[in-house]
Amino acid sequence: MDVSQLLFGVIVSTVLLISSLIIAAFAVLWLSGTGYLGVKVLAAAVLGVLIFSGVNAFLVKSWTWWKESKIRPLPDKKLFSFVAILYVVTVIFALWYAFAIVLNKNWAYDKATRGGYELSFSELVADTWSQKKPRLPTPDQVAGEIWKSTGTAAAKKWERTEGDPFLERISEVLGDKRNLIRHAWLTLSATMLGFVFGTGLGILLAVGIVHNRAMDNSVMPWVITSQTIPILALAPMIIVVLNAVGLSGLIPKAVISAYLSFFPVVVGMVKGLRSPDSMQLDQMRTWFASKAQIFWKLRLPASVPYLFTSLKIGVAASLVGAIVGELTISQDGGLGARMLQGNYYGATLIIWAALIVAAALAAVLVSSVGLAERVTKKRMGFVQ
Amino acid sequence: MDDIVIKAENLCLTFETNDGPVHALKDVDLTIDKGEFVSFIGPSGCGKTTFLRVLADLETPTGGTVCVNGMTPREARRKRAYGFVFQAAGLYPWRTISGNIKLPLEIMGIPRAEQKQLVEEVLDLVHLSGFENKFPWQLSGGMQQRASIARALAFHADILLMDEPFGALDEIVRDHLNEQLLELWAKTNKTIGFVTHSIPEAVYLSTKIVVMSPRPGRVTEVIESTLPKERPLDIRESPEFLDLAHRVREGLRAGHEDDA
Repeated sequence: MDVSQLLFGVIVSTVLLISSLIIAAFAVLWLSGTGYLGVKVLAAAVLGVLIFSGVNAFLVKSWTWWKESKIRPLPDKKLFSFVAILYVVTVIFALWYAFAIVLNKNWAYDKATRGGYELSFSELVADTWSQKKPRLPTPDQVAGEIWKSTGTAAAKKWERTEGDPFLERISEVLGDKRNLIRHAWLTLSATMLGFVFGTGLGILLAVGIVHNRAMDNSVMPWVITSQTIPILALAPMIIVVLNAVGLSGLIPKAVISAYLSFFPVVVGMVKGLRSPDSMQLDQMRTWFASKAQIFWKLRLPASVPYLFTSLKIGVAASLVGAIVGELTISQDGGLGARMLQGNYYGATLIIWAALIVAAALAAVLVSSVGLAERVTKKRMGFVQ
Repeated sequence: MDDIVIKAENLCLTFETNDGPVHALKDVDLTIDKGEFVSFIGPSGCGKTTFLRVLADLETPTGGTVCVNGMTPREARRKRAYGFVFQAAGLYPWRTISGNIKLPLEIMGIPRAEQKQLVEEVLDLVHLSGFENKFPWQLSGGMQQRASIARALAFHADILLMDEPFGALDEIVRDHLNEQLLELWAKTNKTIGFVTHSIPEAVYLSTKIVVMSPRPGRVTEVIESTLPKERPLDIRESPEFLDLAHRVREGLRAGHEDDA
């Protein structure tokens, strides 16, 4: 065991200990609303140490087991990472709840002062975790808000349209302006359209840049310049200009998201198309291959790994572009419009719900590209 | 003679660099007959690779004339008169072995049915039958280089140009491939130009050894081999072989003395 391993162990153990204590403290507070502070702290400490030593022992044990077991290391490794991930998530949630108390306590105290009553610690905690417009809503509040604006909203709409034909009712529910699913769908469609535009444009520009010296010298600087302009400043102008030529709705948002997503594709594809070395190009020359043949048989397949790396960045940028577009054209709805709406009314819950849904959307999009990458690479024989 | 395949006269090639001109080749005269196995040997910078690249029309000479199959190198390249094997196998990782060998055939527009037959034929020639559907990473370095030789042979060019094809392989694999190369040469009766900096390899393989020296790159000696066409590996212990190797070494040393 060298020093770095020892240091790592100490740091991990410290983080584990502190976070276990926090978790235990909240667990105790949650269970007992009243009681002596000293007893609570003691109970929290005991519980914290117990959780810490249990988890720590389990992690250390499974770590050594995984390292030593040569027969079937895989399931054990999976279990180990599952526990580790679970633990990290728990720590994040614990910190989140702790910060909710810190950030929301002023409003709770304000209410108490105005009402002329004293707040015990447990009452403070209960209040900070259930405010209507908290500075930082808790995870369960956000989850509740998401459920309210999707499932509950759909159920309500379903009831209200009672008597209409079945298919009409379904389209009513899906088109409900209050439903977060519809907003998410709007954002997703703008993102996808923009992503397709952006990727197409990016690939075309990269092909031009690689094959044409003049384009290499003239286009690349503009591509880079385009990304230095803040998109928030540019978005309204793009929308106004496109409206003037009669384009509205989905297209302007898709254009903004294409504007953000074409850049990584250009950069990645230029590098990918140039990745064949001089020997491979000489080899093509000895066969008297045409430029088109070199492109289709060598440059394009060689650029595939680079393309997928770019696409992962591009799809996330696309989503950001669509949301920025929706902040500007908010009348059509979408997750960006929901965030703006939440901002107007100081409804942090709406903002957070939209944020979390957007993050989930991004995760799904990026992992879909990752899946496509794995399948393509496997089929092309890149995977060893 | 009618069967001269390669003929170079007063061939010069000068690279212009920031430090002044570099004479990669100066006044090179050489003829190679059909069916010969010619090795080019010399220290690095002697222009042996450059000469091969001139024959392949990958470099343009700045003086003199060169004929490949009675044509200019460009004509010869357009007619696909030669196959070129580089130092690295350079197989495409996204193509199977048969896919890689088909690559030049696809580029040349050979019909699919014929492609399949040519691939089978040439894989058999390099003893790689059964590996058609493997990807390059599934093969050893020596097998990859054999596949790349198969690729250069697939379109039935008369000339095979090889630029240190076994330079990156270990000696055991190298011996094995040398033996197979001779067998292949005997079967196909191709004219082979082979760049190397191993004296035993040059002597073992060649009917003609071209000794070159650097600054400026030029031919210092052309040694005709006296070895028989049948060459088992242990011919390398025969006095005749050692004598030839000695002559090559002397030639190389003479080139170096000029340099000093």
